[in-house]
This record gives sequence, C-alpha cells and structure tokens, in this order.
Amino acid sequence: MRWLIPLSAVPVLALLAYGFRVNPRDIPSPLVGRPAAAFSLQTFEGAPLALEAQHGRVVVLNFWASWCHPACYDEAPVLERNWRAYRGRGVVVIGVDIQDKLEAAQKFMRDFSLSFPNVQDTTGQVSVDYGVYGVPETFFIDRRGRIRAKHVGALTDEVFRVNVERLLSETTG
Amino acid sequence: MRTRASVLGLALVVVAAGAAAETRRVAEQQVQDVAAQLRCVVCQNLSVADSPSETATQMRTIVRERLEAGETPEQVTRYFVDRYGEWILLSPPRHGFNLLVWAAPAAAVVAGFTLVGLLLARWTRRRASAGPVVPSGVDAAMRERIRRETEMEP
Amino acid sequence: MIPELGGAAAIVALALALWGAVVSAIGARTGRPALVLSAQHAALGVFVLVTACFALLTYAFLTFDFSVRYVAINTNLGTPFYYRITGVWGALEGSIILWTWMLALYTLIVILRHRESAHEFYPWVLTVMLSVMAFFLLVITVAAPPFARLAPVPADGRGLNPLLEDTGMITHPIALYLGFTGVTVPFAFALAALITGRVGDAWITLTRRWAIIAWYFLSLGLLIGGWWSYHVLGWGGYWAWDPVENAAFMPWLTATAFLHSVMVQERRRMLKLWNISLVIITFGLTLFGTFLTRSGVIASVHAFTQGAIGAFFLSFLALVLLTALGLLAWRWDALGAQGELDSVVSRESAFLLNNVLLVAAAFTVFFGTVFPLLSEAVRGVKMSVGAPFFNQVNVPLFLALIFLMGVGPLIAWRRASPDNLLRSFLWPVVAGGAAAALFSALGVRSALAVLALALTVFVAATIAVDFSRATRARLRMGERLLPAMGGLLRRHNRRYGGFIVHLGILIVTLGVTGSQAWSVQIETTLRRGEAAELAGYRVRFDGLTATEESNHFKVAGAFTVSNGRVIGILRPAKKFYPQEQSPIAGVDYRLGLGEDVYLVLGDFARDGSQATVKLQVNRLVSWIWIGGGVLTLGALLAILPDRKKPA
Repeated sequence: MRWLIPLSAVPVLALLAYGFRVNPRDIPSPLVGRPAAAFSLQTFEGAPLALEAQHGRVVVLNFWASWCHPACYDEAPVLERNWRAYRGRGVVVIGVDIQDKLEAAQKFMRDFSLSFPNVQDTTGQVSVDYGVYGVPETFFIDRRGRIRAKHVGALTDEVFRVNVERLLSETTG
Repeated sequence: MRTRASVLGLALVVVAAGAAAETRRVAEQQVQDVAAQLRCVVCQNLSVADSPSETATQMRTIVRERLEAGETPEQVTRYFVDRYGEWILLSPPRHGFNLLVWAAPAAAVVAGFTLVGLLLARWTRRRASAGPVVPSGVDAAMRERIRRETEMEP
Repeated sequence: MIPELGGAAAIVALALALWGAVVSAIGARTGRPALVLSAQHAALGVFVLVTACFALLTYAFLTFDFSVRYVAINTNLGTPFYYRITGVWGALEGSIILWTWMLALYTLIVILRHRESAHEFYPWVLTVMLSVMAFFLLVITVAAPPFARLAPVPADGRGLNPLLEDTGMITHPIALYLGFTGVTVPFAFALAALITGRVGDAWITLTRRWAIIAWYFLSLGLLIGGWWSYHVLGWGGYWAWDPVENAAFMPWLTATAFLHSVMVQERRRMLKLWNISLVIITFGLTLFGTFLTRSGVIASVHAFTQGAIGAFFLSFLALVLLTALGLLAWRWDALGAQGELDSVVSRESAFLLNNVLLVAAAFTVFFGTVFPLLSEAVRGVKMSVGAPFFNQVNVPLFLALIFLMGVGPLIAWRRASPDNLLRSFLWPVVAGGAAAALFSALGVRSALAVLALALTVFVAATIAVDFSRATRARLRMGERLLPAMGGLLRRHNRRYGGFIVHLGILIVTLGVTGSQAWSVQIETTLRRGEAAELAGYRVRFDGLTATEESNHFKVAGAFTVSNGRVIGILRPAKKFYPQEQSPIAGVDYRLGLGEDVYLVLGDFARDGSQATVKLQVNRLVSWIWIGGGVLTLGALLAILPDRKKPA
C-alpha cells in the first residue's frame, strides 16, 4: 500500500517524457481536405489575382515575409526554381506576403528574382482564412481547389516535388 | 420652413450618429470579450485581446468586422476554430475529454475534503474514547489566561 | 584561456561535490566525523569554484569575449554595461550557474549554522545538498557548458533578448532562484529525517526559518515577475498563467501549505507524514519548474531552449521523486498519525482546510499546465489551456482561502467554544457584511468583486480584533500604548509576522480585485493633434520621434495626458532590435495609488502623421506592489530570533 506513493509518480513522469516526442508548436491544420478559401488581391505589379481563376491548376500557396530569417530566405530560391520547372505543366506558385513593408517586400522579391505572382495580405484576412500562425507556411491545393497538404517551415525541393507530382497525377472530375 | 427642416435633419443625423456610436461602443466590449477567448497565435500564451502584436491586431479587426456584420460571438469563435483548430481557444471547450480538466479542481477539492473529514472523524473519535480532560480546581483568572494563551500562540 | 579555466573549475567542482556527497553519507553511516569534515571542506571548495566560474563568465561578458558562444549570443558591442553584468544569467547556461551558485551559498550557510546544532541530520543534509549541486554541475559540464567556444570568432554578438533589458532582469531571477534553491534546504532536512528515522519535530523546528525564507523569495520573485510583465511586455497585465509562471506558482502554493501545516505538527504532533510529503512535493515542483522552462515540452513565453537538457532534468526529477517517496514509504510506520481532536471546529481543522485548498489549487494549476500534453497523448488533439480557464477555476479556491485566513489565526486550538467564536468573529462578520452591503450600494456590479472586498474587510477586521484585544490586555497590566504594541510584535513575532504577511496578501488581493473588475481600455488610431478619451483622461497624440540607441532603433510617440490639467507626456515606443524579427513594444505609464494610465504604441505612419495606441486605465494595480512590501516586513518579523521573556 505504502509503495503506491512512489509508484504514483511514475505516470506523471511518463507523461512528461512523452512530451519529448512531440513539438508543442507543430499543430496539424484542420483545413487539409477542405476547400481553399477564396481571395482576390492585386499583385505587386498591380494585376488582379483571384484564387478561383486558378481552378484546374495545381496551386502552391506560400506565405512569407521579408523579416522572416532565415527560413523564408532559404526557401525563396527553392520556390523560384520549382516554379520555373513546373509552370508549363499546369502548376502555379502564388506568394502571399504578410505584415511587411512594401519596400522590404519588393527588395526581397528583387533579391531572389521571384517571377511567380505575389500578393500582399495587408489586412491579415487571408492569413486567418488559412490558419497561418507563422511564416513560412505553404499550402498545396489540388485542381479542384481543395487544400491537400500544409507544410510549416522552409520548403525544400523534395517536399515541393513530392506534393506537386502527387497532385498532378490526379485527374480532375 | 427650410430652417426647421434642416434643424430636423441635423437632429436626425445627430441621433443616427449617436445610435451608430452606441452600436459601435457595444461591439467594442464584445470584441474584447471574443478576442479574450482566442489565443494569439504568435505570442505564446497571450490572448488576442491582450497581445500587442500585429497578428493579434489584425485578428481583432477581423473579429470586429464579423461582429458588426451581425455574427454572434459563438459564430466568430467557430470561424477561428475551423481554421486553426481547437487549440486557438484559450479555454478548452467543455465537452468530451476536456471535461477532465474542468472537473479536476472540483475533484481535488472533494477528495481533499473527504480525506480531511475522515481524518477529523478519526481524531475526534479517538479523543472521545480517551475521555475528557477536566481541569479541576482551576479558577476564572487562570482559565482566562489559559484561553488567551491558547488563542494567541501561532 | 579564461573560458578553459571556467570549464575546468566546473569539472573540479563536480568532482568535489560527488566526493563530498558520498563521503558525508559514509561518515554518517559509519560514525566517522573526519569524513563529514572532509565533505564540509568539499562543499566549501565547491562554493569557491562556482564563484570563480561566475566571475570568469562575467569577465568574459565585460570584455566582449565573443569567442565564448554564450557571450556572443547574449550580448553585442552595443549592450550597455549593466546589462552585460546582468545578462550573465539572461539565458540558459548562465542561469544554471546562478542556480548552482545559490545552492552553494545556501550550503555554506547551512554548514555555518547547523554543523554544531543539528548533529544527527547534518551529514545527511550535506549529502543531499551536495548531490543536488552535483547534478547542476553535471548539467554545466555536459549539457549546457557556458564556456563553449565559438569558431570563427564573430566580430559582433547577437545581443541580449530585448525584453530582458530591464531592472526586472536584475532582480526577478535572483529573487525567484533564491526561492527555488532555498526549498532545497528543508527538503534536505526532510530526507535526513527520513534516513535517520528521526521524523519527529526536530527537523521541522530546524527548518522553520529556511521555509519562511524560501517561501518569501518565491513570493518576491512572483511579484517582481508580475511587475516586469506589467511594465515591459506591453499588454498591461501582470499574470498570464503562462506555463512557466505556473511552474513558479505551484511550489509557492505548496510551500504556503507547508508553512501552515508545520504549525500543526509543532503544536499537536500531528501530520508528520503530510509535512514530509509536502516538502518533497514542493521540491519536486521546483525541479518541474526548471524542467518546464528549459525543455520546451510545453510552449511558453519563457522557454529558454529545447534539446537534451530537458532529458537531464526529467531524469533528475524522476530520481529525486522516486528516492524521496521511496524513503517515505520505507519510514511509513514511524510517520503514523497519533492525532487527537476535541472538536471539528478548531484551528487544526482550519489549517487542514487551508492545506486542502492550497494543494487543490496547485493540483489544478498542474493539471491545466500539462493537459495539452495529456490531450495529445490520449486523443492526438492539441488543446490549449490559458488564462480564462485558470481564472475561472482558481478564483473560488482563493476566495475560500482568504476567508480561512481570517478564521485560522483566531479560532482556538483543539476546540473552539461558542464563546471563543463569538468574541473573535462577531465584529469581523458584521464588518464584512456591512462592507458587502456598502459596495453593492456604491454600485459595484461584479458579485465576485463584492465578495472579494467583503472577505478582505472580514480578514482585516479579525487582525484588528486580535491586535487590539492583545494590546488592551497589556494596557490593563500597566504598559503604555506604543511599548505595548511593540512588545507584542517582538514577543510574539511569529504570530504577528504572520498577521502582517496576511495583511500583505490582503492588499495584493485588493489590487488584483480592483484591476480585474474595474480596469478599462480602448484601442484607437489618432492623427497628430487628435485626442482619445477614457475614464476622465484625455490623451493627445503629438507626434513621433526616432532615435538611434546603442543597440536598437527606437520610435517613440509623444502623448500628452491630461485630466482637467496636464499630467504629463507619455512616450510609449517601438524598439527595433537588429537581432529580433519583430519590434518590441515599449510601454509608458503614469502610476498612481488609485489607477495607472498605461499606453502601448501600435502601428504608426512613417511620417508621424498618425499612430495606433492602446490606452488603459488600470485600477488599484499599485496595491499589488505595496502588498509585496508589506509582505516583506511580515516575513522579516517572522524570522527574527525568538525572545523568550519570563511570563
């Protein structure tokens, strides 16, 4: 009976040990499998960009900011590289710049020669619609407009290709 | 005639402005109440109402807009939960597994009181069986002093 | 050269600590005082070496030695002088050195005070304290070496976390760590009591002052933390139920329970098992707190880092709990309760209830803090538990505790007669009831606030009743007023120290109630020259100024505050540190007894034409800090040496 007392500490310690296996900041998104929220903004060049207009294409939606060191800086070349490789195959990369100053964002895009369309989410509405809680975050949206995967942190070539190839191989309808 | 119309018009405008100001002011407290239930996603452990961060400010604006558009507080919180998951609520919703955390304090208090009750019952029973201690031949002054000392000692 | 010396000092200290711990235990078992003496010298050596470590690290900070990684991360060329000193404990590695140094200091004082007076316990106390120090030294040498080198040596460092550039940085960790490490002493004595089998009152009497000192520093650390949060973090609050705040609050709750339950054991020889368990739990909670802060297992504002160090702390926590509770189970029979009570209505009951409520509150906070982990383990769903939950469940417990604070000191031991109850509580109950009626009539809408205020008045009245009764008794015996009061305080310094501490808690309660119930705020965007109004204050935005500080760029707004007449100009700012991703909010405030005016600068237009500002009028917050001061006086009075005069 008395030995229950030291033994009672064991479940608590086990629970705390379990804590090492999980990252409290790694939160799964409830949006995976659901339709991507629509938005309609202007690109930095002034052209209108609406998500619905991309229907039928695979969309890689990337949230970034110029103050996001070093992850956004690491993934920018990855995005540009893969955009150029896949744009002819019905894939569009869209960048959403959040909580940023115009000049800093433009400098970022210049520095990395980003040629894919980028919009600025000035009100934060798009960020909230996608449940964004940090940058960078990337959403992979299929041809029917459903979010199929979310990647938190800097994107790699591997992650890009695996997800895009999978969505490209699906036939619509 | 025209002056009266314009005075009336002015009065109407003032009343309308007052009414609009009234709805806006009511919504501000509501905005705070709803925002206080939401976790600021970039700050770690502050509510959207409290956080000075830009994300939280943008989220407060969205809350305000949705409330002004006529949504109920529950609808607004549901909107955020749908996009972020349940963890964006600072207080676990009271159903299912989460009832455990709400019940824990009550359970602890009840368990504690029960334990104390049993303990006290055992102690008073033992005392009663040991027989009363009656100080005999103790006069009033002594009793007064005993009482004062018993109460005073830490 | 210097860093290598520091690293070597730590290793030697670790060896000495291990040596001392083992040798002291052997000396106690085999009855050889020479071994215990050797352990004593080892402890002294540890103190000297850890002091040297500390000094060497500080030297590295002061000389901008960026070849040391810890220095490079936590300062840069622009860091002001005083923050280069206090920054030594600003992050993980340095904070562990601070902790270890305090342990060594406490061990030294224990040696000086107890080597003669506590013969049987002393060697085991040494063993325990040296073992704990050995663990922390192990962390310093293996898991978080503060003197690790950085190559290539950077030209400039990263810089101190800007939130730590504040007077709170100097005082909060010191006070809090003195509290955490101070708990080690009663714990060591409790283990010594279990090992030697002397589980009676001796160890309690010996550790009474230690417990009060540790408890006091925990209280102080919590209050300073609240002050720091209030005037630095830019949200206008002082307590957010952050997991790391909770980690400091839980041992405070159980330490408070312990302070009260030991009085029952001293007086009535009851609750032996409970008291030892409480001390073990309190020490375990301090380790849990340090584990939480450093392991990153639960996301928090404070969490220093992630990595292997968490595993170190968890392993040590496991070792401590299993060993201590195992010893407890071993000595189970000796800890049997022989309690006797005449009546349920007695001080013993009040103290028991006090303990139940405090431990229940600690359990609640604990459960809420680890619930996100539990939810993920069981359901795979991440939940979060924040301020709304903790406030809701804890407020009833705390209100009940305040009520008991009034009942406990006045109700009689063993059995409270109806006469005793009437004499002690009639006036306070009437006063409390009158206060409730008064505040309701004055328009206080929150029922909780009325209850809190009424209970505060009730408890204050009980203190007044007791003090006036005792003073009158002395006056009747011929003493004059002031000597009577002073004599009371001195002769019964434990009791009246306790009363003053209770008074301090009441004042804090007042501050918390006021700030929660009656603070108001608005957030608004103002153009230059425009003003916002709140609670009788008018705040006019006058413009922005940008300045280049030594290690950051600051944009400050100038706001003229008036309430009829101009009170002053507040300058909340946004500070841009090169090493930080987002700007740090700098708040400005005007403190007052009744209310504080508090401004936080939000977004602003580059040209200074407009700015968003959050304006708060926080009521009664200053009373929280005043309560802390009163608490300090009470604690000081309580630890004075006993003065036994012939009755």
